[in-house]
Amino acid sequence: MIQFILLFSRQGKLRLQKWYTSQTDKSKKKITREIIAAVLSRKPKMSSFLEWKDLKIVYKRYASLYFCCAIEQDDNELLTLETIHRYVELLDKYFGSVCELDIIFNFEKAYFIFDEFILGGEIQETSKKSVLKAVNDQDVIQEVETPQGLIDEY
Amino acid sequence: MKFPDLSSLSNPVRLRDLIRQIRSAKTAAEERAVVQKECAYIRDSFRDEDNTWRCRNVAKLLYVSLLGYPAHFGQLECLKLIASPRFTDKRIGYLGAMLLLDERQDIHVMITNSLKNDLNHSNQYITGLALCALGAICSPEMSRDLGDEVERLMKSSNVYLKKKAVLCAVRIIRKVPEQFDIFQNTIRSLLSEKNHGVLLTATALVTEVCQQNTQALHVFRKLVPNLVRILKNLIMSGYSPEHDVSGISDPFLQVHLLRLLRVLGRNDTEASDTMNDILAQVATNTENSKNVGNAILYETVLTIMDIKSESGLRVLAVNILGRFLLNTDKNIRYVALNTLLRVVHADQNAVQRHRATIVECLKDADVSIKRRAMELCFALINSNNIRTMISEMLEFLAICETEFKADCTSNMFLAMDRFAPSRRWHVDQMIKVLTTAGNSVRDDIVSSLISIISLTPELHGYAAHQLYKTIENDITQQPLVQVASWTLGEFGDIFVSGQYKKPENEDNFQISEEKVIRTLEHILNWSISTVITREYAINALMKLSTRFPNYTNRIQSVMAHYGCNMNLELQTRAVEYASLFTAHNDIRANIVERMPILINNQTNNGEQAEPVDGSMEQPSLIETSDDVPGTEANIFDILNDPIQTNGNLFDLDGDNHNTIPAMIALDKNGLSLTFTFERQDTTLTITSTATNSTPYNITNFVFKAAVPKTFHIELYPANSTTIPANKAGELRQEMKVSNPNREKLRMRIKLSYVLNTNSMSEEMELNAFPEQCYK
Repeated sequence: MIQFILLFSRQGKLRLQKWYTSQTDKSKKKITREIIAAVLSRKPKMSSFLEWKDLKIVYKRYASLYFCCAIEQDDNELLTLETIHRYVELLDKYFGSVCELDIIFNFEKAYFIFDEFILGGEIQETSKKSVLKAVNDQDVIQEVETPQGLIDEY
Repeated sequence: MKFPDLSSLSNPVRLRDLIRQIRSAKTAAEERAVVQKECAYIRDSFRDEDNTWRCRNVAKLLYVSLLGYPAHFGQLECLKLIASPRFTDKRIGYLGAMLLLDERQDIHVMITNSLKNDLNHSNQYITGLALCALGAICSPEMSRDLGDEVERLMKSSNVYLKKKAVLCAVRIIRKVPEQFDIFQNTIRSLLSEKNHGVLLTATALVTEVCQQNTQALHVFRKLVPNLVRILKNLIMSGYSPEHDVSGISDPFLQVHLLRLLRVLGRNDTEASDTMNDILAQVATNTENSKNVGNAILYETVLTIMDIKSESGLRVLAVNILGRFLLNTDKNIRYVALNTLLRVVHADQNAVQRHRATIVECLKDADVSIKRRAMELCFALINSNNIRTMISEMLEFLAICETEFKADCTSNMFLAMDRFAPSRRWHVDQMIKVLTTAGNSVRDDIVSSLISIISLTPELHGYAAHQLYKTIENDITQQPLVQVASWTLGEFGDIFVSGQYKKPENEDNFQISEEKVIRTLEHILNWSISTVITREYAINALMKLSTRFPNYTNRIQSVMAHYGCNMNLELQTRAVEYASLFTAHNDIRANIVERMPILINNQTNNGEQAEPVDGSMEQPSLIETSDDVPGTEANIFDILNDPIQTNGNLFDLDGDNHNTIPAMIALDKNGLSLTFTFERQDTTLTITSTATNSTPYNITNFVFKAAVPKTFHIELYPANSTTIPANKAGELRQEMKVSNPNREKLRMRIKLSYVLNTNSMSEEMELNAFPEQCYK
């Protein structure tokens, strides 16, 4: 199971965070700080895996963003790399050549996509098509409901 | 700094604009100002129950919370959004709930009602949102309240909802394992679904259940043939674009199935047999040029190694790992080493074949890979490869990071201890280790090496020779210098005499007594030497006072000089040694004579080597038990060993001495010492009980005892150094005497104490021990 996932920039700014365990805010902040520091200090020649407490941290950098996943001892690290890659592909398909700015200005959409891909720390759907269809359908409902957009006024 | 007009409620800031404003802030203070102003507006807006823009305000709040600002005042608003009929509201509301709420908050339970409603909604996406939120923040109470709803949805024909419900069930079971009862009937049918999402989630559910619940495990084991079939179909089926990743059909599902097979096949031969073929098939046919294929191979290997697979399959698995080690992708090398480390003990021979590759990994740039390679190397050492492996490890030791050195040296020592082909080689390699590792070795290695040298009489001169050569010009490496000092002190005479088997090509090497002494003096005097090293040196010099008779005066003056040293330990020793030249010159030779062979118990935690008669206390033994100051060790305890402060053997139960009568050792000047005995074969435990009948307290009470050479005594710390006046209390001290030859027990005791500001001392010999103590 994925315990949490963090997306952050090379300057250490958090762009997305999803926690599947119950933690206090203070604890989340502390963990985030520690892991961001640990990942940013890794050299290019090092593997994508870190041991941290009793978890395995799997991270991968895409352009200016680090995607960081904390998994349990039983989980398959190499598959987690594929999971991260799948999420990036979904974002890419949705936004059309996604970049960090897309995720900054549309963070809620990034979350919506993630929540159609992973639920409770486990993958729920392996078909890219199905995930994106669900997200798009819901976007449509939103648009129909409020043509002028309630969040992004056009 | 331009801020938009935030005071106008009719023209609130759009989310996008807020983000832009925050990003254009040039300083942290500026950003804080923007955020605070906006949050103030949002708070007002919440208070005014503004329905129209609530969701946008919550969205803004979620954004700033990502930046680290507090957003808890939005929690209630999320609940209101969730309760709203609008889809947009719910979408943001549930997102907010997942980000801002968790089990710890009370407000959390207020969500249950909305969830219940939405779980029954006609719009599948709204139900989906509810399931998603449940899966993320479900608490045990919610698990109980909503378990039935989830179970109902698991049976739905709508696959979109089905798979989400199944994952909610996983979460629920993790929180409240008993809830499994609700789901157990539905689970089985899930595995006959065709939809990949349902299969994937169902596999996750069954895996979780089987790991928690052994009964369920037995039941689901029967499904192994079904799972094998599903996996087979998956692999054999043609190209399915929807689930394809680089030519492999649904790798996520494959890995999950393999994992479930692992859980089911563990400890069960029948199940393991059933999956044998499919595992072999996956292992041989999976494309391994990309990460995705290797992910499947990795999982397959883990499964093969964990179930009761036949040996051919296991060899196949180890070979896959061997191939992984050659992969240019460091991630793959990492998982390979990790896995090999887990299986090396079970499948030594198979892993040995890849030893060369593993040794290569010692040079990897990644610290984790290096560490695993190192551990694996040590696991692979055996009597056949000890020589090559140790030389590889020495090379590694020379270049590795400091954090590795302690472990590396300790492991090398253990390996050599087990497999060394000859003692001489062993000593040579250990000297090399100490030379290479500098100051990073653990303390116990020093005493271990000393013990090995001591054990082999034919190596005494040789060791002194080699060690002298290493420290001749460099005394910076403390562990090495300590061993060298001890060796030179003990065997300096053999070394100087040249009567030993010298190293090759050095037959003409000759050393003078002067040089040896000079070296030890140098070590002792050098301020960079640690205190422990200097203690070794001073001891060594003392020993040489008899071995090099011509230098007695010189050594005596060294002792005199150190009698004023600022370091308490050195000063104490020097003073005592000095008196060995004067008042106690007659026993000096006895005290520093050559030690018999040391037996070293190679355990940590301060368990010490057995003390030896006629020896001086060894600083290394004191030092191994963490912070014993060792100041009580006094040469008047001629045949005592260092006082063990791990004095858990102090036994206050003094009542088990009915078989042997007690003995009054001393009764003088109001101080009375009574010995009580307990005997086990050749070991006699004596408890000395001291009482004081004077009207003054006795303080600073120190008791020492010595026994003849054929005996052996261990003295434990007393419970106090004060004996209260007027027999108000007792001082107890225990000692153990071992008497292997069952000789008549004699003991010399010496006491010192302070009574009414007077320093007193007593010394006497005890001959009248009850016969039962020794016969």
